[in-house]
Amino acid sequence: MAYDYRATEGDNVAPLIAPGHDYATITDKIAGNVLDRKTPKGVAITLAISFSLVMVLVVGASYLFYKGVGIWGINNPVGWGIAIVNLVWWIGIGHAGTLISAILLLLHQHWRNAINRFAEAMTLFAVCCAGLFPIFHLGRPWLAFWLAPYPNTMSMWPNFRSPLVWDVFAISTYLLVSFMFWFVGLIPDLASMRDRSKKRWQKVCYGILAMGWRGSARHWHRYEMAYLLLAGLATPLVVSVHSVVSFDFAVGILPGWHATIFPPYFVAGAVFSGFAMVITLMIPVRKLYHLEDFVTDRHLDFMAKVMLATGLIVLYGYAMELFFAFYSGSEYEAYMMMNRMTGPYGWTYVLLILCNGLIPQLLWSKKVRLNTIALFIISIVINVGMWLERFVIVVTSLHRDFLPSSWDMYTPTIWDWSIYAGTLGVFVWLMFVFIRVMPMISIFELKHLLPWKGRIIDTSADAN
Amino acid sequence: MSGKLSIEDIREKLAGRTGEQYWRSLDELADTEEFRSAMQNEFPTDAPVWEDPVSRRRFLHLMGASIALAGLSSCVKQPDEKILPYVKQPEYLIPGKPLTFASAFTMSGFATGVLVTSHMGRPTKIQGNPDHPASLGAADTFSMASILHLYDPDRSQVVRRNGEITTLDKFLAQLSGALDAQKALGGSGLRILTGTVTSPTLAWQIESLLKEYPKAKWHRYEPAGIANEREGSRLAFGEAAQAIYNFEKADVVFSLDADFIAEGPAHLKYAREFSERRRVRGAKANINRLYCAESFPTVTGSVADHRLPVRASRITDFANRLAAVLGVDGAPSSQLSDGEEAWITAVADDLKAHRGASVVIAGAYQPPSVHALVHGINEALGNVGTTVSFVRPAEFDPDPAGSSMTALIEDIAKGQVDLLVIAGGNPVYDAPAELQFADAIEKVGMSVSLNIYNDETANACGWHVPESHYLEAWGDARAFDGTASIVQPLIAPLYNTMSVYELLAEMTLRSGKKGYEIVREYWKDHSMKSAGAADGDFESFWNRSLNDGVVPGTASPAMAARFRGTEVIVAAWKAPDAWKSGSPVRISFPGSEVEVMFRADPTIGDGRFANNGWLQELPKPITKLTWDNAAFVSPSLADSIGVHDEEIVLIEVNGARCLIPALILPGHPPDSITLHLGYGRSHAGRVGNGAGVNIYPLRFSTTASWATASIVRTGQYSKLARTQDHHSMEGRPIVRSATVTEFETDPKFAREMSHVPTKAESLYPGHEYDGYKWGMSIDLNSCTGCNACVIACQSENNIPVAGKDQVLNGREMHWIRIDRYYSGDLDNPDIHSQPVACMHCENAPCEPVCPVSATSHDSEGLNVMVYNRCVGTRYCSNNCPYKVRRFNFLQYSDVEHPTVQMMQNPDVTVRNRGVMEKCTYCVQRISAARIDAKKEDRSIRDGDVVTACQSACPAQAIVFGDLNDPLSEVSKAKSQPRDYGLLAELNTSPRTSYLARLTNPNPALGGAEKGREG
Repeated sequence: MAYDYRATEGDNVAPLIAPGHDYATITDKIAGNVLDRKTPKGVAITLAISFSLVMVLVVGASYLFYKGVGIWGINNPVGWGIAIVNLVWWIGIGHAGTLISAILLLLHQHWRNAINRFAEAMTLFAVCCAGLFPIFHLGRPWLAFWLAPYPNTMSMWPNFRSPLVWDVFAISTYLLVSFMFWFVGLIPDLASMRDRSKKRWQKVCYGILAMGWRGSARHWHRYEMAYLLLAGLATPLVVSVHSVVSFDFAVGILPGWHATIFPPYFVAGAVFSGFAMVITLMIPVRKLYHLEDFVTDRHLDFMAKVMLATGLIVLYGYAMELFFAFYSGSEYEAYMMMNRMTGPYGWTYVLLILCNGLIPQLLWSKKVRLNTIALFIISIVINVGMWLERFVIVVTSLHRDFLPSSWDMYTPTIWDWSIYAGTLGVFVWLMFVFIRVMPMISIFELKHLLPWKGRIIDTSADAN
Repeated sequence: MSGKLSIEDIREKLAGRTGEQYWRSLDELADTEEFRSAMQNEFPTDAPVWEDPVSRRRFLHLMGASIALAGLSSCVKQPDEKILPYVKQPEYLIPGKPLTFASAFTMSGFATGVLVTSHMGRPTKIQGNPDHPASLGAADTFSMASILHLYDPDRSQVVRRNGEITTLDKFLAQLSGALDAQKALGGSGLRILTGTVTSPTLAWQIESLLKEYPKAKWHRYEPAGIANEREGSRLAFGEAAQAIYNFEKADVVFSLDADFIAEGPAHLKYAREFSERRRVRGAKANINRLYCAESFPTVTGSVADHRLPVRASRITDFANRLAAVLGVDGAPSSQLSDGEEAWITAVADDLKAHRGASVVIAGAYQPPSVHALVHGINEALGNVGTTVSFVRPAEFDPDPAGSSMTALIEDIAKGQVDLLVIAGGNPVYDAPAELQFADAIEKVGMSVSLNIYNDETANACGWHVPESHYLEAWGDARAFDGTASIVQPLIAPLYNTMSVYELLAEMTLRSGKKGYEIVREYWKDHSMKSAGAADGDFESFWNRSLNDGVVPGTASPAMAARFRGTEVIVAAWKAPDAWKSGSPVRISFPGSEVEVMFRADPTIGDGRFANNGWLQELPKPITKLTWDNAAFVSPSLADSIGVHDEEIVLIEVNGARCLIPALILPGHPPDSITLHLGYGRSHAGRVGNGAGVNIYPLRFSTTASWATASIVRTGQYSKLARTQDHHSMEGRPIVRSATVTEFETDPKFAREMSHVPTKAESLYPGHEYDGYKWGMSIDLNSCTGCNACVIACQSENNIPVAGKDQVLNGREMHWIRIDRYYSGDLDNPDIHSQPVACMHCENAPCEPVCPVSATSHDSEGLNVMVYNRCVGTRYCSNNCPYKVRRFNFLQYSDVEHPTVQMMQNPDVTVRNRGVMEKCTYCVQRISAARIDAKKEDRSIRDGDVVTACQSACPAQAIVFGDLNDPLSEVSKAKSQPRDYGLLAELNTSPRTSYLARLTNPNPALGGAEKGREG
């Protein structure tokens, strides 16, 4: 290992794992949370609430398919409303998982071991939510498969020039790779769960999912290789998926969309919002399951720093948009920017700058980073801010474009919001089902983080 | 039809029906809830057939009938009438190939010649008749939209007595009894009420009736007709005359509140002639100059070179001053402000400089004195005989004074009226408020309403007889200049209806004579000779009249109208007469006193078009309002009374009140409010009911044009659906305009307003167009913004009506829209109109972004939309800089009512929900022309393809054709120096381009340095 932070830790740095733990206590704690502990009340309540939101989605989507997208507030000129805002937002949230799992793995940032499983699950579920919107927003959703290239009697291919077709590839690839990465990473822990299960049905279920894992050296060897390869595969996706999503806008000729800065700016925004979501979820879950020993303040500190860094990139993006709007010399661009800041939706831009630009600057302070409540609030603020950013890009660019005669306003209806609330429900519900039935922290990877002093059995984790 | 039906009732209702129809009718009559559900259980897929008045089966019957193939559909009774081309040339009926017939549409009595397209017996489209003097090939919104009434599921379909369904036979029996009683009295209790009648046949019938019943009276009423104009001519000349203006010869035009381009029986002709004088070819502009003093921003005002907002009652002062300055003897004196005085002097000087080549014209809402004085002014300017001529009025109008509505009500009040036949018209709704027509009607022994709708009047009358639509019934009518047309039906009546001719025949002859016989008989016996045909040659005369759409030689003879001098006018002005502004109004609540102006609505007229979805959703010129009327106020008045857009105001006139949302309208006179009539119908039908506010209760016969009113804010708001919320061009080069002087110094001014990338700047090779290369040119100098193209397109392309709530959310579906921008002064802005449809860009931004290639480029440069392939991502619309794409957010097309489906153009796909649509350059017409050309082994000639918008345009502002043909009209238009592409700086290479607008301001009014705009 090029960088062994275990050796460089000073006493004044919070540990990555609380003292007093060994291999046994880690397994006991994490697997026990699933197998032995009764469902904590908070988890049960969250499941109930989120499930009712899932029902909201069922109602909202059913009515949508029955009546058509006209039940939303979209119109001419604002052809895309918060369905597309939500799509981009959810995809962005997914990015943290992939970044944590793949890029940090390749960079040997072992602190990720405590949060990668959780973040990967989050990615998966966020992409699931995101994937609903491209279908929901279609005028004729039953024909969504026409976007896929498949041999057909019409001899028709999709239009490969359209960024929406690129989206199909990007999002489906992302979903697939995220799932494989997440599932492969789960296999050794599923075997642990199988071995610790006391009930027959639990043994069978975990047993099937563990795919015959015995923990032999050969298994470990192949596992490590597969995981590394998948990490290599997932890494470019972190950059490509949101770049492609940004092309939906950048390829358009609309002022406010047609900008070369969009791909990097979107990727940074995605990581920014993804980390914010990990923190938003991790802080309460950590509390509910008493996982402060494994997900320590130090983890939160690291994540907050990543947020701060990506947040600054995003802020740079805002500054560049502003600069180019006027530097371009295009009256349409300049008007778009003025309208964005001072037009009827100006308040969204102000809030956006506040949420994504100003408030995250508090993270420069270590005190704030280590203050769980402050961090929780900031993470929610960033989530809101990133949602607003997409709203600003999608709606304020569309509602006033080239010909003033077609300018109009967009007001989301209750059906717009029902779909959004519904996907929030799906996301939270899936997350909590996941933490209820699966080890939410990677047991075997967490063991790598045990400090030297606390080791009881001296098997070298590095040998893995 | 709910409620219990006794056998007796059923028997009664079935009387007079025969054969299979009898039994079907029995079923229909048994249309109770139970029966209906039983039917639905039995034949679930057939359920809609039973719910709708005209089923597919019934339609097929009717169609069979109209093709007159007796014997093939032997189960239904065939009508006895024959429609000419089918009889003579049945081999022309090729399935899938439309036929066109000439007919005539009447509006307030006056005819506009139309050509009606018929697909397999179904009339589907109305266009102008080039041979007709009031059309010249163009059509207006009303005539084109009238086809919707034919198929309106809300049309009246049954005879009713006090609201209960009964039979035609019962009605005729009752009518016959009532007439017998009148016969004995010499008809002293018989009254007939109609609108303006120009129909020679109907006039003859009414004359016969009045001969038979010498004491009977015939009354006429038009809520928004030409009564002032006629009265004005009587004042001026001592006899009624129809003035006909020739704008082609007029260098200077002064309109005194006349919207001559969009209103009146001759407006299509005037629009054509006026725009002809705005046409500029090359770098020299020799165009006319229009001054307009008007009380409401109209289409005419928007194309004026100098427009002055003046409240209606002060137009008189302008007319008086103009007469005085021009030296008309004894002109009444009036005071104007200094600015106005300077303005009118400049106008007068300009008119004087163009003696014999100018026109002064007064508006329909102006009092007879203004009309009369204008006749004097034209005479003083030497215009009579050059730009103004006079003919005998086309309408049949004996005893104008005794035929008024007021006289009728007086008779009713005296109990003198036993039998009142209201043939057409809706007086319960639109009669002057003080007459209380609805109450009066109850005092009439037998009241009959003949109307195609079961409207307010039909509900108030004891009897209601459904009237045949003009496309179902024979008739005739005269145009403004007297030219007669035969109104030729295209389809057998859809329901058991009667035309006004047939009703009159029942009254005079007591026989069920059919309209065809009546009209033919009239022309054969009475008028053929006068129309210049030789004896015994009736068939060829008749055929030619039908074929041409005009009866040859029927134009009214010219008359020498001599101005009698101003004394009469001054006398009339002093007399407290009907047309004068009302007496001082009692103010019963605190509010601001202001003048209100009443006008017919620009899209639904006086209310007769209220149930027409196309016209309801048609954005009104200038205001861009749909589905509503409003109290239009100027920005300064709004400021002073503190009223906001869409705020409901309480307006009181003479004790009558109404609550109506206000709308601030730049360019409105500062000291008046305009209210449009025609809204607030209670029995219009499902479309018109509840839309807008009824203004008629505020309109009294003494204050029919304007009145003094008070206005109070309520603080309540009501949403108004406008299609354009933003009124400024934001300094963008959208509508480009310049003065004539600027144009002549720099003819290419429009192109210089933006940098357009050249083809060479692109990395990619462009499309190749080896065959045709379709393109369009729209001349903004000719375009008046009259909306004809919008309705033409809607009718041609099966464009659905979305509804007010959808328009409120910006989801109107029009493929071509008229954008309107203001520039300059808020109180009197320049108004710019611009028709915008799909530009068919060569580098179309919509094309690359569609994920399924549903919109793509064809080999002739059309940006085609493949509805079947569209999945509805709306990405194309987002990426369209012109925002001309329209999305079916919901199921907008009416797929429920079979009658509405009958109206659809079979050559154009009906789009369902979830699909994007847009202008296709009328690709179906290109295809039709291509097929014809291929059959003749030639290429499509210039002019073979005429798009729907182009064909309707009275100003001929739209030119379409092949750009690969350097001699085509469109190529010539595009080679003009004024040619520019809208947003071409985005490198879209639009195929539709515009010719920049020119104005011709009078240097004396400081117009020359106005500067270019855009």
